[in-house]
Amino acid sequence: MSEKRSPIYLDYSATTPCDERVVAEMMKYLGPDSTFGNPASRSHAYGWSAEKAIDEARKNVADLVGADPREIVFTSGATESDNLAIKGVAHFNAKRGKHIITCKTEHKAVLDTCRQLEREGYEVTYLDPETNGLIDLDKLKAAMRDDTTLVSIMHVNNEIGVIQDIAAIGELCRERKILFHVDGAQSAGKVPIDLSELKVDLMSFSAHKIYGPKGVGALYVQRKPRVRLEAQMHGGGHERGMRSGTLATHQIVGMGEAFRIAREEMATENDRLLSLRNRLWDGLKDMEEVYINGDLEQRIAGNINISFNFVEGESLLMALSGLAISSGSACTSASLEPSYVLRALGRNDELAHSSIRFTIGRYTTVEDIDYTIEHVRHAVNKLRELSPLWDMFKEGIDLDSVEWAAH
Amino acid sequence: MATYLDNNASTALDESVLQAMQPYLGSVAGNASSLHRFGRLQRDAIEQARQQLAELVGSQPEQVIFTSGGTEANNLVIKGVMSATQGRALAIGATEHLSVIQPAQQVAQEQGIELTMLPVDSRGRLLLAEMQARVQDASLVSVMMANNETGVIQDLSDLSTAVNAAGGWLHSDASQAAGKIAVDFASSGVHAMTLSSHKLYGPQGAGALIIDKRLPLQAQCQGGAQEKGYRAGTENVAAIVGFGAAAQLAKQQLEQRSKHTRLLRDELQAGLKQMAAVEVFASDVERLPNTLQFGVAGFDGETLLMQLDRRGFAVSSGSACTSGKAEASHVLQAMQVDNALALSAVRVSFGIQNTMQDVEAFITALRSITEMKTSAVMMAANV
Repeated sequence: MSEKRSPIYLDYSATTPCDERVVAEMMKYLGPDSTFGNPASRSHAYGWSAEKAIDEARKNVADLVGADPREIVFTSGATESDNLAIKGVAHFNAKRGKHIITCKTEHKAVLDTCRQLEREGYEVTYLDPETNGLIDLDKLKAAMRDDTTLVSIMHVNNEIGVIQDIAAIGELCRERKILFHVDGAQSAGKVPIDLSELKVDLMSFSAHKIYGPKGVGALYVQRKPRVRLEAQMHGGGHERGMRSGTLATHQIVGMGEAFRIAREEMATENDRLLSLRNRLWDGLKDMEEVYINGDLEQRIAGNINISFNFVEGESLLMALSGLAISSGSACTSASLEPSYVLRALGRNDELAHSSIRFTIGRYTTVEDIDYTIEHVRHAVNKLRELSPLWDMFKEGIDLDSVEWAAH
Repeated sequence: MATYLDNNASTALDESVLQAMQPYLGSVAGNASSLHRFGRLQRDAIEQARQQLAELVGSQPEQVIFTSGGTEANNLVIKGVMSATQGRALAIGATEHLSVIQPAQQVAQEQGIELTMLPVDSRGRLLLAEMQARVQDASLVSVMMANNETGVIQDLSDLSTAVNAAGGWLHSDASQAAGKIAVDFASSGVHAMTLSSHKLYGPQGAGALIIDKRLPLQAQCQGGAQEKGYRAGTENVAAIVGFGAAAQLAKQQLEQRSKHTRLLRDELQAGLKQMAAVEVFASDVERLPNTLQFGVAGFDGETLLMQLDRRGFAVSSGSACTSGKAEASHVLQAMQVDNALALSAVRVSFGIQNTMQDVEAFITALRSITEMKTSAVMMAANV
């Protein structure tokens, strides 16, 4: 196994490379000979052509998710979209109520925003997911109160890839006249979404998770029934007053192209990703003490999250330097804490700590998967050989019964 | 395409900046927060850009917070300082950009605090005499370094003394100043400064807030520890790299750019002075070398812009962010410019790509537009 080659990229949930076709579209709006105007400039063709390009991108984004272009608000990314949706709705409806419901496995962009609202005097219920990562609708229903103004639940989890039943959650929320926000950063382009049917009021999107550029995202804000929210960024009234600031034309164009491609290719791409993922799991599942985290059926094709018991996650990541993978979310990867998502599923610290997220995408090949299988098996076996815990396990000692001496 | 004379709205990306960005647009994947090699490459690129930007504005790299643009930086500092200090009052210049005015109004309304507008004289400069009393109670004072419409440059030294004496914090929006005139954060006397990439031949989608480390600042976007916790969200690496490259280039070419555009601007000003109906705003004070704003008596601004567009000139009345509105610019109103004249305003902002021929052609075009109308009026009068 050569270590010299560039690592194999299996971290598509952290970010994706920009598709060449996306870059080609973006290049039309970059560079001295391009169309480079400020889209807010109303007095000349430089501004008009930028505005036109943005309109087209808006339509492409809307088309992938069954929305009206007028329901799409461009932002600097999904984090900003989540902040805008949650704070925007919470603040706007503060007189009606100050209670919000979310889930413990949400992305930090949702959880930290909710924490901020708690500091401002709001009350937040953090639902526990079931052990498969999915939400029990009865528990959600039980958490709803008269002063609940917003439910925020992600469509697809970034670490374990499970798909929540947003159609059913939407029905529950609509019955109770509670607004429903969905973080769709990990689902757009991977799962069919039809917002004209779903009872979803707000949905966050990211471009760089589906082969578009970083630095751009969108928030879907439903028009009928009309959802109102308080802007979080002021100064110029861009995006119909919901998000001020000069729009980066090339980035929005890139997002539009990425969404257009996703719409055309999602079905065939998912078939391919699923076969790669199955190949990966087939190559690993006969190992002892390996566990899949999260439901395997209600899950996007490109994600698999596996705990290798008796192996320490950080050591495994280091041993697997030929693979670009992560132990969880990129946004929390600098900390060595076990994943809060896996903890919320009820995994113990050891299993949570020994987990690896493999996320497969557009440029992953069969060879990449085979290399990965070989590499992972080798590394796990080697690390276990060095592990006294593994020896004890193999000798049949119940580790939970061991009383560790304090030093 | 038309001759582009609207460089204060947005500049064309420099070719070398685009080249610096290109690897990060396409082939280089990776989230800068990821620990693997791809992630580290992105992280290194961001840190290099931070260094380049710090060098342009005379700050330490650690003082740079990258944002999605100037508007976000202005929102962050105004809302962030006011919520961190639980301040009682806020003071801003009367001629600030809307991305300062509107967050200030929002904060004032939400927190029930007083918002003071610092008045300017007829030439757009802060009225120093009144300042001391007005900034006395303000937790935060925000005055731009150079105005986007008139180009008027503020002298912030007296203001800085007054704000410091009162124990407040001073912010300056330098979006238009950086890359056009020398900007030095360390000696400027301000505690926070806003910068924008696409105003200095960098890409749209990147901006920065430079902060004094003592500044109390509460993050406005939650959800990740990026930018030392001041600004959550996956970094826009390509745009940040472009911003860094553009900053480096601006530092190298500052003098050359300033000289070139000043030559064009002064030539235009000389030409306009020959036209009786034209008045150049703030013409006798220090302005950005590339900027000139004028009014034409008896004309409507929108008509002028349309006529100029038809003759192949891309200009604007003032801020792109307020274009399309039929109200006189708040900047000119604050300068007590006659309302009718303010409504006829045209802003010309030169860039490095403009030439003396552009200036001559512009003057010819403007003359023919004004003369056509004058003769039409005279003909009508003769009937």
